[in-house]
Amino acid sequence: MDFTLRKEHEMARALFKEFAEKEVKPLAQEVDETEEFPRETARKMAKNGFLGIPVPKEYGGQGCDPLTYVMCVEELSKVCGTTGVIVSAHTSLCCDPIMTFGTEEQKAKYLVPLAKGEKLGAFGLTEPGAGTDAQGQQTKAVLDGDEYVVNGSKIFITNGKEADIYVIFAVTGMIEKKGRKIKEISAFIVEKGTPGFGFGTKEKKMGIRGSSTYELIFTDCRIPKENLLGKIGQGFKIAMHTLDGGRIGIAAQALGIAEGALERTIAYTKERKQFGKSIAAQQNTQFQLADMATKVQAAQLLVYKAAMAKATQKEYGFEAAQAKLYAAEVAMEVTTKAVQLHGGYGYTREYDVERMMRDAKITEIYEGTSEVQRMVISAALLK
Amino acid sequence: MKVVVCIKQVPDTKGGVKFNPDGTLDRAAMMTIMNPDDKAGLEAALRLKDQYGAEVTVLTMGLPKAEDVLREAIAMGADKGVLVTDRVLGGADTWATSQTLAGALRNMDYDLIITGRQAIDGDTAQVGPQISEHLNIPVISYAQNLKIDGDSVIVERQYDDRYHVLKAKMPCLITALAELNEPRYMTPGGIFDACKAEITVWGRADLKDVEDSNLGLKGSPTQIAKASDKVRKGAGEKVVLDPSEAVDYIVDKLKVRHVI
Repeated sequence: MDFTLRKEHEMARALFKEFAEKEVKPLAQEVDETEEFPRETARKMAKNGFLGIPVPKEYGGQGCDPLTYVMCVEELSKVCGTTGVIVSAHTSLCCDPIMTFGTEEQKAKYLVPLAKGEKLGAFGLTEPGAGTDAQGQQTKAVLDGDEYVVNGSKIFITNGKEADIYVIFAVTGMIEKKGRKIKEISAFIVEKGTPGFGFGTKEKKMGIRGSSTYELIFTDCRIPKENLLGKIGQGFKIAMHTLDGGRIGIAAQALGIAEGALERTIAYTKERKQFGKSIAAQQNTQFQLADMATKVQAAQLLVYKAAMAKATQKEYGFEAAQAKLYAAEVAMEVTTKAVQLHGGYGYTREYDVERMMRDAKITEIYEGTSEVQRMVISAALLK
Repeated sequence: MKVVVCIKQVPDTKGGVKFNPDGTLDRAAMMTIMNPDDKAGLEAALRLKDQYGAEVTVLTMGLPKAEDVLREAIAMGADKGVLVTDRVLGGADTWATSQTLAGALRNMDYDLIITGRQAIDGDTAQVGPQISEHLNIPVISYAQNLKIDGDSVIVERQYDDRYHVLKAKMPCLITALAELNEPRYMTPGGIFDACKAEITVWGRADLKDVEDSNLGLKGSPTQIAKASDKVRKGAGEKVVLDPSEAVDYIVDKLKVRHVI
C-alpha cells in the first residue's frame, strides 16, 4: 500500500494551490463581508477547466479523476469555503447526475456547456418539509402533452440564482412498495429562464456567505418531456446516488477549511507572544496543534479514500458518508480550536479563522447532516 | 508555423539555494519553478498557437528532473517537449549552454525561437542572443509585445524610457520579458495529458555541429571564484534616542553618505 501521490495529482495540487492563493484568497474576506457571489472568480475557474474536472473530455470536461476534483475543492476551501462549494455543487450535484443518468442528447445539450464552464449548475432536492426525509417532497410534476407542468418550491439551493442549469426533483405520482403507498419521485433538468421558474428570497447565512443560496419557485412551469432525467420514478435513486458523490465534495470542502485554519493557527501561534515567549512555545498550544494536525491528516485519508472509491467502485456511499461525517466534524473542531488559539483576535473578522469557523458549521449540515451520515454508516454495518 | 521555446528550470527562491563544492548550483537539491521570463515566452508562443495554429515545442537543458518543467509547459498547452541531458553537459555557463541548445535546435524545424530575456538564477541575459549567433539568425531582445506579419515578426523592444518597433524576417529569435503577458495556468486535463506525453530525450551524441571543447564545465569560459546564498551584513549600529533627536541623527547620517 502506497500513499504517494501520482505525478499528475502533485501537479494538479500545485495548480489549485497557486490559483487559490493568487485569485481566491485576496477576495475571501470581501466575499464574506459583502455576501456577493464571486462571479469573476467563477469565470476564471471556468476558463481554467475547474468546472469540469471529472467529466470525460468527449463531454467537454477535463477527463481527470475524482481525486483531482477533490483536491481542487480542498485547495479552494483552504482559503475560501464559498468558492469551494461553488465548484462542489456545480460538479457533484449537477454535472454528475447528468453524466450518470442523462441521455446522449441531454449530455450534449447540458453536460457539455456545464463541463466547459459556459454554464453553472445547481441541484434542487430540499423543500421546506423535505430535507433529510426526501419522501416529504411536495413539488409536483404532471405530464401534459409533451411537457411536464411543475409546481412547488425548493429551498437552500446552492448556486441558486447564479446557475443556468438545474437538476430538480418532483413527485410524479404514487406507487405501491412493499404494500405501502409511497410517492413516486422523478428528476428533471430545468433551464433558467423557463417561464414559471423564478426565485424566492436569498438566505442570510452564518457562513459560506458568498454562495448564492436561494429558494427556487415553480409556478405552472412547463418543462419539455425530454428533460426528464433518467426514468420516471427513478428520482430517489438519482438523488441518493448524486448525494453520495456530493458528500465527497463537501468532505473535501470541510477538509480544506480545517487545513486552512490549521495553517493560519500554526503561523499565528509562532508570532503571538505572551509572557515573553511565543504561544507556540507553550505545551498547551503544542498539544492542541498536534491533535488538530493528526485529525486533519486522518480526515484527508478518509476523503481521498472516498474519492478513490468513487473512481473504482460501483457503490461508494459508505466511504462517502464516513469521509463527510469525519471531515465535517474535524472542520468544526479544528476551526473552533483555531479561534481559541487566536484568542480575542480570533473572534474578530480581521482574522480568517473567524470566517472559517462559521463556514465549517454548514459542512455538518448540508448534503446530509452528520446524523444522516451515521445512519448510512450504521445501516451498512448492520445489514 | 513552428515555434520552439527554450525554457529553464530555476531554483524557487522560496525553497532556499544550495551549491556544489565547485560553486555551481546544486540543482538536484532545490525546489524549482519555470523561469518567469521563459514562462512569458511560452505564453507568447501559446497565443500564436491559439491565433495561428502554431506548433509549440519546448526545449530545455538540465538534469533528468528538468523533464518536470517540460511537462508543466505541455500542461499549459505546448505540443512537444525536448530534454537535453547528459553528464558531460553539466556545469555549463552561458556559452556552453547556448552551444548545447544551438546544437539541439539544428535538429529541429522552427520559424521562431523564443527564449526568456534572462534566468533568475544567473541573470546574464546572454543565452538567447548567443543562440541566435550560433544559428546565424536575427535576434530581437527584450520583447514586450509581438505580432506576426506574413513571414515576419514585429516586436516592441523595451528600452529605458521608450520602446522600439522592430521587424525581422523569420526564422529569428526573440527574448521575452516577464512583462510581455500574464502566463496562463495549466489546466487539470492538460496536466493529465502532460504526464502521459512522451518527452524526447537527447544526449551529447544528438547535438549537431558542436565541438566538445564548447560543452559542459570544461567548455565554459566563466570561472566562479566564490558563491554564497546570502550577503552577510554587519550587526549595524543601534542607538536609543528621543524621536526629535532621532530625526536629526538619521538626517545627518544620510547627508554624510550623500543620500540626501
